Amino acid sequence: MPTRRQAYETRVKRRSAVIAGGSTLGVLAAIVLLVPLAPGWPGVKKSFFNAEVFAKTFPGLLDAFVWDVAIFLWSAPLIFLLGLLIALARDARSPALYPLRLFGMFYTDIFRGVPVILVIYLIGFGIPGLGLPRPWNSPFIWGTVALVLTYSAYVAEVFRTGIESVHQSQRAAAASLGLVNKDVMRYVILPQAIRKVVPANMNLFIALQKDVALLSFIGPVEIFRQAGVYKSLLANFTPYVGAALIFLAITIPATRYADYLLAKQLRERT
Amino acid sequence: MRLLLTTILSSLVATGAFAQNYCAAGKTLLDNKLTVATGNPAYFPWVMDDAPESKNGFEAAVVYAVANEMGFADSAVVWTRSSFDQAIQPGVKDFDFNVQQFSITPERDEIVDFSAPYYAAAMAVLTRKTVVDKGADTSIGALKGLIWGADANTTAVPMLADIVQPDKEPLLYGDNADVVEAMKANQIDAALFDLPTALYLSAVVLEDGVVLGQFPAERSENPDEFGLLFEEGNPLKECVDAALETLKQNGTLAALETEWLSATTGVPVIE
Amino acid sequence: MAFLETRRLTKSFGKNTVCNSIDLRVDKGELVCLIGASGSGKSTLLKCLNLLEPIDDGEIFLDGEDISIPGLDPQPVRKRIGIVFQSYNLFPHMTAAENVMLAPRRLHKRSRDDLLPQVTELFSRFGLKDQMQHYPEQLSGGQQQRVAIVRALAMRPEIMLFDEITSALDPELVGEVLDVLRQLRSKGMTMILATHEMGFARELADKVCFLDGGVILEEGPPETVFTQPTEVRTREFLARVL
Ligand SMILES: Nc1ncnc2c1ncn2[C@@H]1O[C@H](COP(=O)(O)OP(=O)(O)OP(=O)(O)O)[C@@H](O)[C@H]1O
Ligand SMILES: [Mg+2]
Repeated sequence: MPTRRQAYETRVKRRSAVIAGGSTLGVLAAIVLLVPLAPGWPGVKKSFFNAEVFAKTFPGLLDAFVWDVAIFLWSAPLIFLLGLLIALARDARSPALYPLRLFGMFYTDIFRGVPVILVIYLIGFGIPGLGLPRPWNSPFIWGTVALVLTYSAYVAEVFRTGIESVHQSQRAAAASLGLVNKDVMRYVILPQAIRKVVPANMNLFIALQKDVALLSFIGPVEIFRQAGVYKSLLANFTPYVGAALIFLAITIPATRYADYLLAKQLRERT
Repeated sequence: MRLLLTTILSSLVATGAFAQNYCAAGKTLLDNKLTVATGNPAYFPWVMDDAPESKNGFEAAVVYAVANEMGFADSAVVWTRSSFDQAIQPGVKDFDFNVQQFSITPERDEIVDFSAPYYAAAMAVLTRKTVVDKGADTSIGALKGLIWGADANTTAVPMLADIVQPDKEPLLYGDNADVVEAMKANQIDAALFDLPTALYLSAVVLEDGVVLGQFPAERSENPDEFGLLFEEGNPLKECVDAALETLKQNGTLAALETEWLSATTGVPVIE
Repeated sequence: MAFLETRRLTKSFGKNTVCNSIDLRVDKGELVCLIGASGSGKSTLLKCLNLLEPIDDGEIFLDGEDISIPGLDPQPVRKRIGIVFQSYNLFPHMTAAENVMLAPRRLHKRSRDDLLPQVTELFSRFGLKDQMQHYPEQLSGGQQQRVAIVRALAMRPEIMLFDEITSALDPELVGEVLDVLRQLRSKGMTMILATHEMGFARELADKVCFLDGGVILEEGPPETVFTQPTEVRTREFLARVL
């Protein structure tokens, strides 16, 4: 026999579920029913949602996406490491290391201040243009360098926030045991800091997975470029829709997971 | 009587001109104006100095010839600019037709309309002196071994795959300037362009550029033909086609091609 | 000279002079209690002794050696002086055992296996044997505070500083931590204890120092300070806390 309170709560819950379900269905129905009524819909359908083109191009897009994944996989660890080093440089306290600190500051300011695509262009064409021999002038190498430089600036800032968020008393406790600064950082501060910023970093790495496509501007035929080739061959934008779906298949689960981690951390803190 | 005859004759001649004018009447975006879009920027030798209104350059000259043929005075031609993507998107266009070396393909033809071709372009290989010095020649064997680049939006991409079949996956770029930049950075050895573009790039943009050779039209399954692009179902198309047909018949097109693209001669053909 | 001795120790935060020419003497094996109102500078004094706060003026001698020379490397001194804080400050990402072993591993270059018997012995001595592999969040406040004490002891310090180590604890957990102090006292550990536990100070302290206005206003054996304080301020303070 439920208490009066329980009965009331069940009623409220049921009502909210009905309202939420109803309004979602309503919006979906409106989209499904109204969009096809638009005068341009047949044209849009033909050139954006063309099943035949989709079937023809999807396998090629998947093949090209392997490049996106590969570039991501070798960039991510480099970004993590460089980001950490830059964050540590910015935390350097001894006066002898002041230049390092200054460098860290300029580095993060510059690479966060310039659009990724510009860095990719300048480094991807500029440095090989100095006359590097093959294979060291590969756009894959210098495109990766551009991504690593840009993203490590963001990751460094995230790490720095993490380092600063570890309470001062942890530093004091470690120092009081006689640990030297280097050990305090390595064994006490960093492990806590890195854990705290996992969700923030995950969001950056999701953005990285998408920005890998920008490397196509300097030559590599990854999914975005492959979709572009199909687009101009077939005069149809469906391959872009296919590419978007492939990206979403990766980024939506990753985003959900990052949100879940963040929510978990918030719960633990309270 | 003679007078009457002359009057009738002259009015007939006049109606001839009017008949053309009449074809286009009411079918243009702006009354009595012909709105023509081209690339931003538009390139040599299609449009000289990015100034189509100067009538200099092959495409600029063709547009004025077509316009005159349809009864528009030079001053009635209005220029606008559009990107490639804007042009082939479905929907309403803000131009009567668009001219920027659009290759006519059946797939594109489903989304937009094309005029009869005003030019058939051979594909040519752009490379650098250093690559030629290292022994690259026009044999398919030598071509296969090169690292290739191309503009991703052109039919050069399937041509590379079909005819050259390079050993290494080609690198593709968003526009000509990037292809050239990659060539300067020695990231690619050669790139496939239509002949006039290749000539322009080798002469003006790429310092040690060389046009290694051109593919005969029959080597590619469907030689690249350029057409003026219309919004799907634009009734103006038949007027333009008629004008182009006249220009072809009376030799004007060939003359313009010689005038603006005469440099095309003298590039060896790749067997 | 006493084992630990300060001479005219002075420390300010901006215009706020927290320690104003303090002369503190702690003999070997002695337990000294610092008492005083909140904000009287007990924590600050302990942090100065451990070189966690640089002092503005005066000297600190440990076993006859001046450890307050400006620019002196503080690390070797801190190894000799253990400190435990009110808020435990265990490292949350390490188990209790790892918390304790970190400093000996890094500073004495000893391996975990090498340290394990000694650390296990310490944990057992303070009734923590079953908690060795637990993370701090899995421990009660009293257990955490005892692990913090074990962590400081593992460095084999010559003197231990305790800063109100029971004031964050639930009353029923205070006893187990005070037991640890009793045990240390019986082993002859030299200790300085900032505390609000007047009963404990009275029971075990060799000397009680009453801090007020940045100076040691009154000091002496607990019986004297608690029953016959000479200063009015001391009397007022004791009336409030007893
Ligand atoms: N890092 C600091 N910066 C500025 N002022 C400080 C700092 N630490 C302590 N103080 C000040 O020094 C004075 C003494 O503080 P302290 O913590 O030493 O007192 P306490 O006797 O330990 O008090 P409690 O019994 O509340 O722990 C206070 O006025 C405090 O505000
Ligand atoms: Mg205190």
